[in-house]
Amino acid sequence: MSSTFDTIANIIAETCDIPRDSIKPESHAINDLGIDSLDFLDIAFAIDKAFGIKLPLEQWTQEVNDGKATTDQYFVLKNLSARIDELVAAKGA
Amino acid sequence: MRLEYFQLIDRIVDINLADRKIRTEATVPTESTIFEGHFPGFPLMPGVLLIEAMAQTSGWLVVAVNRFERMPFLAAVKDAKFRTFATPGQKFSLEATLVHEGSGYAITKASIALDGKPICDAELTFRIMDFPSDEMQHKMRETAALVGFPAEVPANG
Repeated sequence: MSSTFDTIANIIAETCDIPRDSIKPESHAINDLGIDSLDFLDIAFAIDKAFGIKLPLEQWTQEVNDGKATTDQYFVLKNLSARIDELVAAKGA
Repeated sequence: MRLEYFQLIDRIVDINLADRKIRTEATVPTESTIFEGHFPGFPLMPGVLLIEAMAQTSGWLVVAVNRFERMPFLAAVKDAKFRTFATPGQKFSLEATLVHEGSGYAITKASIALDGKPICDAELTFRIMDFPSDEMQHKMRETAALVGFPAEVPANG
């Protein structure tokens, strides 16, 4: 069974035509991989389906805009993986 | 269809929130300046307008799901297929299904048929946002009444 990071890295590679081996846990989806907000909707859709969750993109965007969070917390892939694991765990609780 | 007002849907036939489906109807006008150019001597309903008709059908569904509190804006069109010519005077049956409701976005699958035969279909992505202005929300409610947006779907949240 692949890890959460592997799953989202594969989704990003397929959705955005980015070489899989260039996608690292430390990669920032926006700043390093150049994924824009529209492409991220495709990624979010695939992640929502793959994990049976609903990524709270609007909440995250609001927190970043309000200065309560940084984009690193949600868009560095190892952090995104952790957020997804939390959402999956909360769903099963 | 009132092409000059970019109203591609004549009537909402049914919105089923439980199944997240909508059905609409639209008749292609017999005359329009659009057909003078598309194409001279061979009038066809442009594919981009068929996409818009599917988007408006999907849009009313998303508006209903969001209880008229938020507005969908078309963001992406995928796998659009035009399976046969669409011509003036034809009466279309349109359908859309909400495939996924994400955070701030929605995905629909929509199609148009003529007498049960498929005309076109596509997967559509919408950004869901607050209405940019009270005026727009008000105007959308007026348009909703024109196309028969059902009373049982609360129009005021």
